[in-house]
Amino acid sequence: MTGTQWMRDPTPETSPLKRPRLKPPGSLEGLTVGLFDIGKTRTKEFLDRVEMRLHERKIRTARFGKPTNAKVATPEILHKVAEEADVVLIALSD
Amino acid sequence: MSGGAKLAVFAKRDCPTCRLVEPVIRTLAAGDAGFRVYSQDDPDFPAQLGAVVVDDRELGQAFGHGIEIVPTLIRFENGIETARTEGWDVAEWRRVSGIADLGEGLPTLRPGCGSRSVEPGLAEHLQVRYGDPGLRSRKIEFGAYDDPGEACYERGWSDGLPVVPPTDVRIIRMLQGTTRSPGEVVGRIPPNLAECTVEKVAINAVMAGCKPEYMPVVLAALEAALEPEFTLHGLLATTYFSSPIIIVNGPAARRIGMNSGLNALGQGNRANATIGRALQLIVRNVGGGRPGEADRATLGGPGKYTFCFAEDESDPGWEPLSVARGFARGVSTVTLFQGEGVQGFVDQKSRAPEQLARSLAMGLNAIGHPKTAQVQRAILVLSPEHYAIFAAAGWDRGRIQSEILAATVRPGSELIAGAQGVGEGIPAAQAGEAVPKFFEDGLMIVRAGGPAGLFSAILPGWIAGRNRFELQPVTKEIKP
Repeated sequence: MTGTQWMRDPTPETSPLKRPRLKPPGSLEGLTVGLFDIGKTRTKEFLDRVEMRLHERKIRTARFGKPTNAKVATPEILHKVAEEADVVLIALSD
Repeated sequence: MSGGAKLAVFAKRDCPTCRLVEPVIRTLAAGDAGFRVYSQDDPDFPAQLGAVVVDDRELGQAFGHGIEIVPTLIRFENGIETARTEGWDVAEWRRVSGIADLGEGLPTLRPGCGSRSVEPGLAEHLQVRYGDPGLRSRKIEFGAYDDPGEACYERGWSDGLPVVPPTDVRIIRMLQGTTRSPGEVVGRIPPNLAECTVEKVAINAVMAGCKPEYMPVVLAALEAALEPEFTLHGLLATTYFSSPIIIVNGPAARRIGMNSGLNALGQGNRANATIGRALQLIVRNVGGGRPGEADRATLGGPGKYTFCFAEDESDPGWEPLSVARGFARGVSTVTLFQGEGVQGFVDQKSRAPEQLARSLAMGLNAIGHPKTAQVQRAILVLSPEHYAIFAAAGWDRGRIQSEILAATVRPGSELIAGAQGVGEGIPAAQAGEAVPKFFEDGLMIVRAGGPAGLFSAILPGWIAGRNRFELQPVTKEIKP
C-alpha cells in the first residue's frame, strides 16, 4: 500500500498544521533527566558515564529502557517515562 | 471527417442499446482515424477495434465530458464540442455525425442506459478524483498506514467517542443535504468567536455521524444556539451541568426518522444521537470550547455528548411546542433549551388531573435544590400515560401548564435560608410570601415517550435563570 490519506480540517485553522516541539528547558536544575537505553550493545556503559556526570552536577536521573532496539517501546514504558522524567536522553552506544 | 471534426462515443457493454449500435460504431471507426469509443466496463467493447477503444473504466473521460447516458455521441470541432446526442436516435446520430445513411436497418429509436459515472455513490468519488470538490477547508495529510480514527483523536477533534473521518467524499455528500452555499458564514462560535461556514458545519456533521438530510436541522440548531439570548458562551463556560438540549418539531423530524417515542431521550436513534453531537463538536472544534479549558463544568453530564429528541405530535388535540412558541402547525422547528440530564419522575397512583398536577409540581420543585425558587427554567417531558390523564379531563397545554405552575407555589417561610435546618434557601425577606418555583415563562412542556409507563421526565434548566430576560430558550424554523 502506498500514498497518503487526506481529511479536511474541522477547526477554524488558526493553529499551524504541524505542532511545534516543546522548547527545551533553560536549565536542568530541579528536573529529573530520564536516561533511556534503546537496547543496543554497550549503551549501558555510555549512559552510566552520562549519569555520573549529571550526578556530579547534583541533577536527578532515572533509568529507562527497552529490551531490544528491534522493537518499539510499549505504551507502558512510554507512560512510565512521562510520569517519572521531565526531560529524556535517548541514547545508544554501538 | 473534415475541418478538424472528430466523433466520440461513450458506451458500455452492459447496455443493450450500446450493443445495438455496435455496427454503427464499426462504421464510424472505419471512416475516421480520429474516432474514439470510451468504453466504461470492457476495454474490448466493441471487440477488435484496437486503439479506437479507450479504456474508461476509471470513468475520468465520462466525468470530464459530463456523460449521463450511454451511448452518447459527441462531435468535436477543433477540440470543442459542437453537437451531442444521447441514446439511439437515428436522425440525431446522422445529424451529429454528418453521415446521411448511418444506421440503416436499425430501429429508429432506442433509449440508452445510465452512464456508470452517475451511478449512486460514485459521482462524489469522481468529483474528488477528477474535478474540483469545491471545498476550501485545509487538507490534513495522514500516512497510508495511519488509522484515520486514531488520527482524529490525536488532533483533539473528538468528544471522546470515535468520530467519522471527514473525507472529501463524505463532506460533499453532507453538503448535498442543504441548499446553502458551503462558503456561507453561519456565525461566530464561542468561546473563540471563530467564523463558522456551512462547510465547517458539514465537516463536523460528518464527524458526528450525521446523514446529509440532517443538515438543515443541524444548521437551524446552530443558528438558534448563536442567538444572543441563548448565551452559548456562558452555557459552555458554566460550572453547572447544563448544555444545549434540542427539541425538533414538525414534518422534518418525521422525515429524518427522529425518535419521539420509546426511549426518546435515550440511545439508539441515529438522528437524535448525531444532530446533538454535531452541535457539540462544532462548539469544540470550531469554537475551541473544551472541557477543562473554557468549559469549566464541575461535573458535567452525559447530555454534553448529545441531547436531541423530537416531540410526539401524533395527538391532533395537543398543541406542539413549536406552535406554543409562535410557529404555525406544519412548520418544522428546533427549540434549544439550556438544560441538563433527565430527572426521572414517577407517579403511578395519581389518576385525577389535579392530583397529577400537584404531584408533578413536587417533582419540579426539587430541581437544583428543593429550597430554591425562580432561578431555573425546566422542561417537563410528559409521557403518553401521564398525558392521557390530563387529556381525558379535557386539559390542554395551557391548562396543564397553569395548574402545575400554581401547584409549585410554596410558603416562603419553608424555603428561606436556614429553614428546615438547611442553609440553602431564598432570602429571609421572602418569608411571608407565597413563592412559585418558576417565573410564569419558566416551564416548557413537551410530549414524548413510549406507550407504557406512568413516568415523565424533568429536564432542569441552567441556574443562571435569574437573568431570565437575557437568557431564553430559542426556537428557529428549519429551512432547506
